[in-house]
Amino acid sequence: MQFYRNLTITQKRTVWAWGFLAVPILFYVIIRFYPTGNAMIISFQEWNLLGDRTWTGFDNYVTLVRDPVFWQVFGNTFMYLLLGTPISLVVSFVIAYHLDKVRFAHGFLRALYFLPFMTSAVAMAWVWRWFYQGVPIGLFNNALASVGIAQIEFLNSTTNALPAILAPAVWAGLGFQIIIFMAGLRAIPRSYYEAAQIDGVSSWTVLWEITLPLLRPTIVFIVVFSSIGFLRIFDHVFNMTTNNPGGPLNSTKPLVLMIYETAFASFDMGYAAAQTVVLFLVLLVVSLLQLRLLRDR
Amino acid sequence: MTTADTEIRASSAALLEGTRAKQRRSLGQTIRWLILFGGGILMIMPIAYMISTSLKWPFEVYNVGLIPEEPHLENYQYVLEDGRFYGWFVNSLIIATITTISNLFFDSLVGYTLCKFTFRGRYIVFIAILSTLMIPTEMLVIPWYLMSQSFGWLDSYWGIMFPGLMTAFGVFLMKQFFETVPDDFIEAARIDGLNEFQIFWSVALPMVKPALAALAIFVFLGNWTAFLWPLIVTTDTSLYTLPVGLSSFGDEADVQWELIMTGAAISTIPTLVVFLIFQRFIIRGVVMAGLKG
Repeated sequence: MQFYRNLTITQKRTVWAWGFLAVPILFYVIIRFYPTGNAMIISFQEWNLLGDRTWTGFDNYVTLVRDPVFWQVFGNTFMYLLLGTPISLVVSFVIAYHLDKVRFAHGFLRALYFLPFMTSAVAMAWVWRWFYQGVPIGLFNNALASVGIAQIEFLNSTTNALPAILAPAVWAGLGFQIIIFMAGLRAIPRSYYEAAQIDGVSSWTVLWEITLPLLRPTIVFIVVFSSIGFLRIFDHVFNMTTNNPGGPLNSTKPLVLMIYETAFASFDMGYAAAQTVVLFLVLLVVSLLQLRLLRDR
Repeated sequence: MTTADTEIRASSAALLEGTRAKQRRSLGQTIRWLILFGGGILMIMPIAYMISTSLKWPFEVYNVGLIPEEPHLENYQYVLEDGRFYGWFVNSLIIATITTISNLFFDSLVGYTLCKFTFRGRYIVFIAILSTLMIPTEMLVIPWYLMSQSFGWLDSYWGIMFPGLMTAFGVFLMKQFFETVPDDFIEAARIDGLNEFQIFWSVALPMVKPALAALAIFVFLGNWTAFLWPLIVTTDTSLYTLPVGLSSFGDEADVQWELIMTGAAISTIPTLVVFLIFQRFIIRGVVMAGLKG
């Protein structure tokens, strides 16, 4: 205490500041930085949790590159991204654009679109899984049957399963993107539109020449945010294909599910860690690339 | 015909044209509203079907109709009497609540310190914390699992909670909002003899309540619906959180869709109700967190 009393006011404040930061710094070092380094180290080791850890250099990465399942999984992961991001971007923009122009019961409509965002992915995965079942169980096929259209194999088909799993993921994220788009639309100064109106510009031109260019920061945010989400898809896939995770024939398996299985079903920790490092690099490259491409032009 | 006549005619034609345009606009507006309304109804259909099926008898589950013929709560009674769902609900509630409180306290404390104190190393600490945003959770689960194993944290509340007790996103959000708190207030409080923690707690914190609310919503919802880590860290079914429990329950209840829908409804309805009550507030919070975060 004597020591503290002799400090200058600035020094006292510095003591307070580090005091406030002490526990959080400990947390970030132990729970964030140390595990990050640890994951990278394990990725260069061979370890099945029980035996000894042995250094294997780049073996895990070499195995990964030679593993055909990995490349299939890698392709699936990008499929989720390449389908999910553009679809949800366009749909949420169109809805936000029109919702922004509606005054009557605006809050009510907005709530309808936002509500799915408040649901849990696991719960909704099971609801959609039920929708996708064949006759006489699933809602979609029952509805098709009642109007005499042929059945559609959703989750049992290697081509349909991935989009079928993607649908609830897109659906749940739309509300968030719509809200962000509407905030972006509100932020555009009215005077731009008034000026365009005086000049007699068509609303289509206004959309392409004023609205979209000025929305660029919002679009960048949504593209990066949703891309990261789709690259990390797991809950939906795991719960919609529990009897054969990532199936049929690995056609829906994303990288995170492969990581989960390698680490916690096969207990091949080194190999799984190498996969997480790849995921980290993919996320890093994709977000940096998008920021570069979309921001400056 | 006089020129005045033509003028009158022209202007009345213009007037007529004007009202027609207005009518067309309002017709367009009505169509836009109806389409948006239809889309909105479509959006909530999965939720509506989940709830309606949870109120149906097994024999009518396969009816396409949304409205149950004789709605009843027996499924809920069955699922809750089973006991497990009740326990999972309590687990989720406790974990999400404690995590939220921890985030509110520590994220704002760090955000406040990094915003309102000037000291050497401040910038490095901020960048270091922010850089953790780039690290995906999936990369950390293996080390976290090993850590939990060696410290005996597997199958415990602490084991489920510890990775999420603080978030860099929260720190960043709170720091942004503390920028709006004028330094004069803090200076005045110092002159009044409050110590630094008292200033943070009773002067600065109350001024960023909207940001705290936004952060609380995000953290709570995130932990309420979290799946991957709780799935890894728990093997004892009594410690499952709702999503993990529902996932295992769905697997064993395989064909009893009305029971699965009931379980799904139990884990979804609380957040939906919270949203419907605090709608305006939550949407403002989402925008704030989304744009500033």
